Amino acid sequence: MHDFLAMGGYAMYVWPAYAVFFIVLAWDWIAPALRRRELLNELRGRMAREQLRRQRAAQSNTQQEGASA
Amino acid sequence: MNIIPLWLHKLSSPPVFYRFAGALRPWFLWSALILGTAALYGGLVLAPPDYQQGDAFRIIFIHVPCAWMSLFAYFCMAVAALVAMVWRIKLAEVIAMECAPIGAAFTLITLITGSLWGKPMWGTWWTWDARLTSELVLLFLYLGVIGLFNAIEDRRRGARAASLLALVGIVNLPIVHYSVLWWNTLHQGQTVNLIGQSKIAPAMLWPLLMMALATHLYFVASLLARARVGLLAVEGGKQWARELIAEKADA
Repeated sequence: MHDFLAMGGYAMYVWPAYAVFFIVLAWDWIAPALRRRELLNELRGRMAREQLRRQRAAQSNTQQEGASA
Repeated sequence: MNIIPLWLHKLSSPPVFYRFAGALRPWFLWSALILGTAALYGGLVLAPPDYQQGDAFRIIFIHVPCAWMSLFAYFCMAVAALVAMVWRIKLAEVIAMECAPIGAAFTLITLITGSLWGKPMWGTWWTWDARLTSELVLLFLYLGVIGLFNAIEDRRRGARAASLLALVGIVNLPIVHYSVLWWNTLHQGQTVNLIGQSKIAPAMLWPLLMMALATHLYFVASLLARARVGLLAVEGGKQWARELIAEKADA
């Protein structure tokens, strides 16, 4: 095990290389997942606001009808 | 219409592709992880040390597959960019733009691992040699595509402008590939030859090829995941996207 980790004296080059490989690819995998969550929150918020606006519009229409009657 | 163009036509519809990509993604990811683990075991444990480079040569098992991927991702991006420019297919625009960050990630890994390999073997982290410089230019091309795409407010116009840049930058691909043949460089020549004999022992070759396969599978998995997000970003206001968001509140 110790020999394996020592990498014939090249441990300080081999292991950082592998670490870079895993860190960069992990970032590549996580970044779109975060972007997706942010985007879904934004779209959900937009849909909720639209629905609220529609409800308000419907309410003020019924109020106007009530006032003119 | 022929059966294959018909199928492709259907697949290029955003909601169909979104579901298709979601179903395929785990298969690609898991096969990449399994093959990658086996390749790492073969490369780090089973393969004997190199007679000249000792154990430092083990960097090859990530450096070379990532270098291949840096070119392959660019090639995929350029093909999608061409389709996007000619037929203005929304999905092609999204795929072209989503190839760029993955390609940039692989190029970055190639440059850093190469540097870590160069220090003990050549005695220097970096040299302005043809192979290294053209690979650095490749990274800048990727960053240029990403930057141009993000700089333009309208996503579709941005994607088309960046696609044009991606197509122009394709001249760099043969330069990277043939740089070790065209110029006298410090970088070693090709080790693996698809046609003819490779200059590498079988115990070192199979982990290398298996890792190459694993990185290709990972590329597809990452591209599918990114393309889904990209499609949602352009199609967020459309009916299918609204239904999707409404139907699973936790999506």
